[in-house]
Amino acid sequence: MNIHEYQGKDILRNYGVNVPNGHVAYTVDEAVEAAKKLGSGVTVVKAQIHAGGRGKAGGVKIAKNLDEVRTYADEILGKTLVTHQTGPEGKEVKRLLIEEGCDIKKEYYVGVVLDRATSRVVMMASEEGGTEIEEVAEATPEKIFKEVIDPVVGLSGYQARRLAFNINIPDELIGKAVKFMSSLYTAFVEKDCSIAEINPLVTTGDGEVLALDAKLNFDDNALFRQKDVMELRDLDEEDEKEIEASKYDLSYISLDGNIGCMVNGAGLAMSTMDIIKHYGGDPANFLDVGGGATAEKVTEAFKIILSDSNVKGIFVNIFGGIMKCDVIAEGVVEATKQVGLEIPLVVRLEGTNVELGKKILEESGLNITSAGSMADGAEKIVSMVK
Amino acid sequence: MSVYVNKDTKVIVQGITGGTAKFHTKQMLEYGTKIVGGVTPKKGGTEVEGVPVFNTVKEAVDQTGATASVIYVPAPFAADAIMEAVDAELDLAICITEHIPVMDMVKVKRYMEGKKTRLVGPNCPGVITPEECKIGIMPGYIHKKGHIGVVSRSGTLTYEAVHQLSEAGYGQSTAVGIGGDPVNGTNFIDVLQAFNEDPETEAVIMIGEIGGTAEEEAAEWVKANMKKPVVGFIGGATAPPGKRMGHAGAIISGGKGTADEKIRVMNECGIKVAQTPAVMGETMIKALEENGLKEKCKTH
Repeated sequence: MNIHEYQGKDILRNYGVNVPNGHVAYTVDEAVEAAKKLGSGVTVVKAQIHAGGRGKAGGVKIAKNLDEVRTYADEILGKTLVTHQTGPEGKEVKRLLIEEGCDIKKEYYVGVVLDRATSRVVMMASEEGGTEIEEVAEATPEKIFKEVIDPVVGLSGYQARRLAFNINIPDELIGKAVKFMSSLYTAFVEKDCSIAEINPLVTTGDGEVLALDAKLNFDDNALFRQKDVMELRDLDEEDEKEIEASKYDLSYISLDGNIGCMVNGAGLAMSTMDIIKHYGGDPANFLDVGGGATAEKVTEAFKIILSDSNVKGIFVNIFGGIMKCDVIAEGVVEATKQVGLEIPLVVRLEGTNVELGKKILEESGLNITSAGSMADGAEKIVSMVK
Repeated sequence: MSVYVNKDTKVIVQGITGGTAKFHTKQMLEYGTKIVGGVTPKKGGTEVEGVPVFNTVKEAVDQTGATASVIYVPAPFAADAIMEAVDAELDLAICITEHIPVMDMVKVKRYMEGKKTRLVGPNCPGVITPEECKIGIMPGYIHKKGHIGVVSRSGTLTYEAVHQLSEAGYGQSTAVGIGGDPVNGTNFIDVLQAFNEDPETEAVIMIGEIGGTAEEEAAEWVKANMKKPVVGFIGGATAPPGKRMGHAGAIISGGKGTADEKIRVMNECGIKVAQTPAVMGETMIKALEENGLKEKCKTH
C-alpha cells in the first residue's frame, strides 16, 4: 500500500526522523492558512499524488510570500500531473503539502528495502541525491553503499556511521545522520514498510540533516496489525476496479488491453496474460480468483471484468485443484444472468470436477466457446476479438 | 527414492482444526500420506479425521515420532508456528499459509540459522512424491510416479506442468512448490541440488516468475553443477513494472526481476525455456529426447 508524502513524513516525525514542518491543504485557502502558520520566509508548495517525478512535471513550487503560495496552490490543485510514474493519463492533484523551505547544502539518498537474496532488510545510501536510485545504480554503482541488517540487533551504530562516512556527510553532522538512519530503520520495521526511501536527504545551512522527500510503501500482508496506516489509504489514488476487487479478496490489476482474463492462481494468471500476448492479443487485466473461491466471488470477479468498457472478449482459464470447476461454471452462469453477456467468452476448464463444470456451462444456454487447452483457448479468444 | 518426502514420512498437521486444514488432512490421508498427528493449542486430546490432536508440536513429535510438519495456521500466527516446528527439530516444515508479513519471515529466517529443519514455503502448494506421499494442497490425481523433478514458485503452474507431463506419459519423482513469497525457506538451488543427487530423478523442470533474481542464481548453479537436463518456464513476461502480480514476490522493481532477463540468463546457462506455459511438457520431452532419456522416463 502507498501513502502520500505528507503522511509518510508524519509517521517518520513520530519516530524521531528529522523532517521539515508542514501541513496538508485541500483548498487554496487552506494552503495560505498553512503557510501563515509555518511563518517561514520561503514556503514550498508540493502536489501530493502517489507518484514520483512531481518536480519535473511542475508539481513542486517555491513561494517567497503568501501571494505566491496562493498563486501556486491555485495553479497546482486540480491540475493533472503526468510523470514517468503516472502513465500518460496522469493524476489529478487533490491535496497539497505546504512545507517550510530550507537552505539546502547538499542532497543525498537513503533507502530501506528488503533484500531478497539475504532475506534481510538492507539500508542503502548514496551521495547522488535527487536522482532516481536506479539511474545511479546504472551509471555509478560504486556510489551506492549498502548495509545488511541483522533483525535481532537492528541497524548498528557502526553500520550507520559507515554509511554516513561513505557518502561523505560532513564530520560535524555524522551524529545527526546516524540518528536519522537509525530512526528511519526503526520506523521501517515497526510500521511493516516494504520501502522507505528518502530522496533527497539534505544537509542544510543551519546544520540540520533533513528528509526533504519521503516515500513509504507498506507490506499489504501486515496491514492487519497497522490499523493507523490503513486509515491513510487514499482511494482517489487507486484504480476503481482494483478497489472493487479488493473488497472480495480478489487479486486484480488493470491493464490496457481488450481481453478480460479470469484465472485461478497467480502464476497461471500471469502466464495466461503471456499466452494471450503470444498469440497476438492484449490482456485487459490480471485476475487471480484464488484457490478457494466461491460461486459468489467468481460472479463478482466476472462483473468487475465486464465493467471495463475496453473488454471485447473474456478468457476464463481454470486449473481446478482445490478450486472446483463446477463452482467456476456456476459463478460464470450467475454473473452473465445478472449483467448480461454480449461479448465472446472462451472457457478452458481442467482439473477437479471438470465434467460437471462443462455440463453446467452447456446447459446454461449461454454462448460459450469451450477450449481444450490453454493454448487453444488463447488462440480462440484472440481471433474472436480481432 | 525421491526428494524430501516418501511413503515412510510421518507427518503432523499444524492448525489441524481449521476448515482448510481439516479438508486437506482428509485428502492427504486418502492419498496415503502418513498423517500421524495434529496440533492446535487448547484442542489437545481431541481428534480430526481419526488423527490425534496435541497442544504443542513438541508433544506431537514426542508422541508420534513425526519428522515432517505441514502448516495451515492463519497468517498472523504462521511465523510462530514455523518456529515451533523448527524448535521441535523436525526435518521438514512445509508452510502452505499465504499472506505472512515479510518482517515475520525475516525473523523466522534468522531464527532458523544453524537449526536442522528445512522449511518449504510459505505460500506454496507443498511437496508431493507421487503415489507415496502428498503434503499440501495439490490435486493428487494429476501426478504419476516417475523420473521428472518439478520445482516451482507457483501452485497452479505446477499443476499445469505436471498435468502436461502425466498426459504425455512422463511421471514425476517429486514436485516441490517453493512458494511465491519474497522470503522463503527453500530456494531453487536447494531443490535442484536435491534432484541432482536423487537417483530416481533424470531431468528437472523449474518454473519461475517475475521478481527477484532466484532464477538467475539457480541458472548459474545449474551451469556449474547440474548433471541432469533442466528445462524451465518463466511467468509474467507481460506483467507491468511496479505491480505485485498476486504473489508478494512477483514484482518488477527498479527494472529488476523481468522475465526477459531471467530467460536470457537461463538460456545462457543451457536451460531450455518453454515459450508458453502450454508447451512446458513438450519442452521437457524434447530435452529428454536430446539427452537419450526419453525411453527411460516414459512411465505409462
